[in-house]
Amino acid sequence: MSKFGSAIFNRLVIIIPYAWLTIFFLAPFFIVLRISLSETAIAMPPYLPVFNLVDGVSGIVDKLGELSVANYVFLAGDALYTNAYISSLKIAVISTIATLLIAYPIAYGMAKAPNMVRPTLLMLVILPFWTSFLIRVYAWIAILKPEGLLNQLLLTLGVIDEPLIILNTNWAIYIGIVYSYLPFMVLPIYSSLEKMDHSLTEAALDLGCTPIRAFWRVTFPLSMPGVIAGCMLVFIPAVGEFVIPDLLGGSETLMIGKTLWNEFNANRDWPVSAAVATILLLILVVPIMFFQHAQAKADGEGK
Amino acid sequence: MKSLGSIRRSFAPWADPTAVPFIAVKNVTKKFGDFVAVDNLSLNIYPREFFALLGASGCGKSTLLRMLAGFEQPTSGEIVLDGQSLAGIPPYRRPVNMMFQSYALFPHMTVENNIAFGLKQDGMPKPQIAERVDQMLKLVKLDKFAKRKPHQLSGGQRQRVALARSLAKRPKVLLLDEPLGALDKKLREETQFELMDLQQQLGLTFVVVTHDQEEAMTMADRIAVMAHGKVIQVATPPEIYEAPNSRFVADFIGDVNIFDGTVSSAGPGTVEIATQTGFTVRVASSDAPAVGAKIGLAIRPEKIRVSRDEPACAPLNAAQGEIWDIGYLGDMTIFHVRLKDGKVIKASSLNAVRAVEDPLGYDQQVWISFDENAGVVLKD
Ligand SMILES: Nc1ncnc2c1ncn2[C@@H]1O[C@H](COP(=O)(O)OP(=O)(O)OP(=O)(O)O)[C@@H](O)[C@H]1O
Ligand SMILES: [Mg+2]
Repeated sequence: MSKFGSAIFNRLVIIIPYAWLTIFFLAPFFIVLRISLSETAIAMPPYLPVFNLVDGVSGIVDKLGELSVANYVFLAGDALYTNAYISSLKIAVISTIATLLIAYPIAYGMAKAPNMVRPTLLMLVILPFWTSFLIRVYAWIAILKPEGLLNQLLLTLGVIDEPLIILNTNWAIYIGIVYSYLPFMVLPIYSSLEKMDHSLTEAALDLGCTPIRAFWRVTFPLSMPGVIAGCMLVFIPAVGEFVIPDLLGGSETLMIGKTLWNEFNANRDWPVSAAVATILLLILVVPIMFFQHAQAKADGEGK
Repeated sequence: MKSLGSIRRSFAPWADPTAVPFIAVKNVTKKFGDFVAVDNLSLNIYPREFFALLGASGCGKSTLLRMLAGFEQPTSGEIVLDGQSLAGIPPYRRPVNMMFQSYALFPHMTVENNIAFGLKQDGMPKPQIAERVDQMLKLVKLDKFAKRKPHQLSGGQRQRVALARSLAKRPKVLLLDEPLGALDKKLREETQFELMDLQQQLGLTFVVVTHDQEEAMTMADRIAVMAHGKVIQVATPPEIYEAPNSRFVADFIGDVNIFDGTVSSAGPGTVEIATQTGFTVRVASSDAPAVGAKIGLAIRPEKIRVSRDEPACAPLNAAQGEIWDIGYLGDMTIFHVRLKDGKVIKASSLNAVRAVEDPLGYDQQVWISFDENAGVVLKD
């Protein structure tokens, strides 16, 4: 390939991710944003104004004037939504921490396992994906319900006298999220631990660290990229999770995914649900962008 | 042996029977499964000694070093450091530091913090740490790079950070696993002398692993030549070179010509050998092998003369041949001389004069000869 040709090729390669983002993320986002600025209507689609190419440019400009932030004002004024956001974030934070606490030792054990058994362990972590997510969540109902497997086991062992009420509480949601998202935490942590040079730990020991201190001062900081990736992979979908709170949670459980579903399907209020979705997106994206910016800055230091 | 001693004349604790070794490796064996990596090995290393482990790849050098550092436990045998058995003592409680073959610098820490790492573990007060780090940075000439991360350094600079880090704690013993492996020839030679200076200045005991014999010869007080997990010979560089105790050592260190032959007569202090090549050799040998014994005679290339005229000593210690190959290296010239039976021997001569009249050329008939004390009798 000529130099010129390869320069064009390089440009094209860069365009691909941008094109992907534009088509599958930005465009839908703007459609949702537009709907969130509309007004409910008993029509098809159930909101106004509806942009139409036959209106011509002036018509579209007129209709743009009809858009309003009324839905956002409504959301801000209603404590139900604020509480739903806060409670979703709380549940997501707690489940992410719990997932991390369980996943890290698993990933560590896998990375330290002999080379021969590692592929098998990796396979075991991925194995649950072979069954439908929905079926696995339903299975937890059978396990957690008052006369379910867990309670039977604990009663038989004599650990408890009467069945624990777990199903339809936040506990069930935590269990469901931790269980469902565990592989997304284990895999990135495993991959960062696995490629770590073992002689780094030895160097730390050599310089006077006990094994525990060597872990905290060397192994753990170096696995941070994996920990961060894993936390994002769990936290982001957990905030908007709908299936798990719907199936395992109780009436008192307030999560934004469920609220959104209600607005959209039960109330047929597309503009409000679009506004709920937009705010959710901003809540997630803005802090992440700040975080990445800070990271990039920290990496750049010392150069 | 007459005048074969250490380079540092006054320093020869191994020759002193009352000297107490600083590190004593006693009958240590290390097995990985069925594989014996270190085989019933014993060594004494003395305080302030610069000790080199030399051997081919896979002979167990790193394994021995890792047992000294505490990363591997001997399968049997014992290592004693400064009078204390190291059995069961974990690496973080040994007064020993190691410079790793791969450097093992912490990638998330700056040069400064890498060097300070061990000191912080010891709970040294901050101002003192800063002072020591400064001192170490100056020592390895990296003061300008204190704030960089390892990935922003060149290979040679990384190696120096690793050295500074392992020296920062002033360990009693510094273990260095191929410390100069990643450096180019010039930097390597420079660093060799820097390391020697440093070791002298700080008065530490160094155990360095290398498979570069020149490096070992340059730096070490004594060299242990290893093969297949065993020590074949431990001696000063001149002894290793001039008086190898076996065919393996003679062959491993430097270039050598080995003549096989049979002892034809053994007088006091000298031995006569009928070589397979067909000429008779008389060499000085302190212990006389039995007449009829099959032995080898090792002669270094620089101890063989090449001449057109028949040497005075002929027919003893002389043979005729033709020049087969000439390698001109600048400071010296290597001749490959093919003897009558087809054996090719190497002889080197210093080019002390700039323009030689009528130099030796290809295919010329020449004589090779050597002195009675030029060769070493190898009994194995
Ligand atoms: N953890 C281990 N498990 C199994 N075999 C090992 C292990 N460590 C080393 N060995 C084997 O022991 C032998 C000696 O290894 P060692 O690392 O000591 O060699 P070395 O002399 O340092 O070689 P090099 O010059 O290549 O570094 C090698 O054959 C190696 O394969
Ligand atoms: Mg090695």
